[in-house]
Amino acid sequence: MESTERLSAPLVLEYPFTRTTGPVIGAFLTGLREKIVLGIKRHDGTVLVPPTEYDPETSETLTEMVEVAQQGEVTTWTWVQEPRPQSPWDSPHALAMIKLEGADTPMLHAVLADGPEELEVGMKVRIKWREVTEGHIKDIEGFIPIGENND
Amino acid sequence: MRKVAVVAAASRQEEKMLDNEVEMMVPLITDVRTQTGLDQTDICFTCSGSSDFLAGQAFSFVMTLDAVGPVPPIAESHVEMDGAWALYETWVKFQMGVIDTALVYSYGKPSPGSLQDVLSTQLDPYYVAPLWPDAHSVAALQARLLLEQGAITPDELADCAVRTGTAENREDYFSQPLLSDPLREADCPTYADGGVALILASEEKADELCDRPAWITGIDHRIDAHHFGARDFTAVPSVRLAAQNAGVHDGPIDSTELHAAYTTHDLLLRKEMGLGIPDTPQRSYPIQADTLMASGLLRIAEAARSIWDGSANRVLAHATAGPILQQNLVCVLEGKEN
Repeated sequence: MESTERLSAPLVLEYPFTRTTGPVIGAFLTGLREKIVLGIKRHDGTVLVPPTEYDPETSETLTEMVEVAQQGEVTTWTWVQEPRPQSPWDSPHALAMIKLEGADTPMLHAVLADGPEELEVGMKVRIKWREVTEGHIKDIEGFIPIGENND
Repeated sequence: MRKVAVVAAASRQEEKMLDNEVEMMVPLITDVRTQTGLDQTDICFTCSGSSDFLAGQAFSFVMTLDAVGPVPPIAESHVEMDGAWALYETWVKFQMGVIDTALVYSYGKPSPGSLQDVLSTQLDPYYVAPLWPDAHSVAALQARLLLEQGAITPDELADCAVRTGTAENREDYFSQPLLSDPLREADCPTYADGGVALILASEEKADELCDRPAWITGIDHRIDAHHFGARDFTAVPSVRLAAQNAGVHDGPIDSTELHAAYTTHDLLLRKEMGLGIPDTPQRSYPIQADTLMASGLLRIAEAARSIWDGSANRVLAHATAGPILQQNLVCVLEGKEN
């Protein structure tokens, strides 16, 4: 070996485990693949979306899954002018918390609007699904405003 | 409760540090040992806080132990959290009665990578992280709710920016463009590399090591839900509870050191803990230089410094971790024993 040659060895970063998403998150993700949205009933009767196996506040086990609507309202929003490289969106969009009809908690996702002037708290939006769904939160391409030009 | 005091502190923050983590911590740890005249063999317990996610390497804290000099072997622990939680673990160790002195330190060096990416990885791995929301956007979602509900006003944000030194006056604040609507640059943190080291001592030792020990008379930490939807973004029940359990309201608070990286957080924390707008400024503001894993412990160091120099006798120090104030630690430091 030439003395000027730099020693090197390959380093492959990997995650050599298979994770399962369990009976609740798994059901939610499978629902997305089928283009439906599932929540879970908490002991006080309210519906948590997206669902978790345990109540995030009381830690009670939750089991009763319920389907919620595919439209709802924006509870808060911000505008992302320059999406980061890893982001599922490559053009400016709103990030928002959206409470679906039938749900009592809002979920984070994007609102696909042309500019921040189109956004307001309380506005109605509905899911736009990706053409090919695979059981992932990104099966929802985003939410689009329910209005004149959006059927 | 066994009385524990902060008896020495050293810290350093810079926007982009050329030193690595060991080079950064050696002078700080040497400094606190010199201040107290202790060497590592005199220190019963060493506890640190740092982030493997930030370093991009598992067990990265083990390398930084070189800055301590762990030979002969030392009793040591680490938290993947802000150093304020390393201090909490150490305080518990004091309560167990097994130690009289301790070294607590923490550090973060975000400048080589993207802190926004690292912060995204702390979010829910199935529902939120795949959408890669950046920290400012998440703070903005909270800010809009606070503004919409009238819990805070734009003028209050402007005044907070002036108070914390990110805007010259209201006019300057309102002339800034929106960074993450409705937040402006002056509402959001500038990140820094940095580290902080403290020496703690028990009631039997503290007076030997420090002229005016900063006694920890109350400390507690609490956590709110991880699920974004389950949280009310306009309230921070965990900090309210922590403040109550730390006995914040058992006496007058002379000054506050809040780990508020956003103007909205400063205002919300004050509201939740029933604190007024302070007459005395904080000694440093995380919004001007926020260091992941060190900002919280630095608040405790700054609180102790204001007791050592006699400018305050009862100080509240606060640390936070997780998205938009999810986890909160409240510590009350006092100059004189009650």
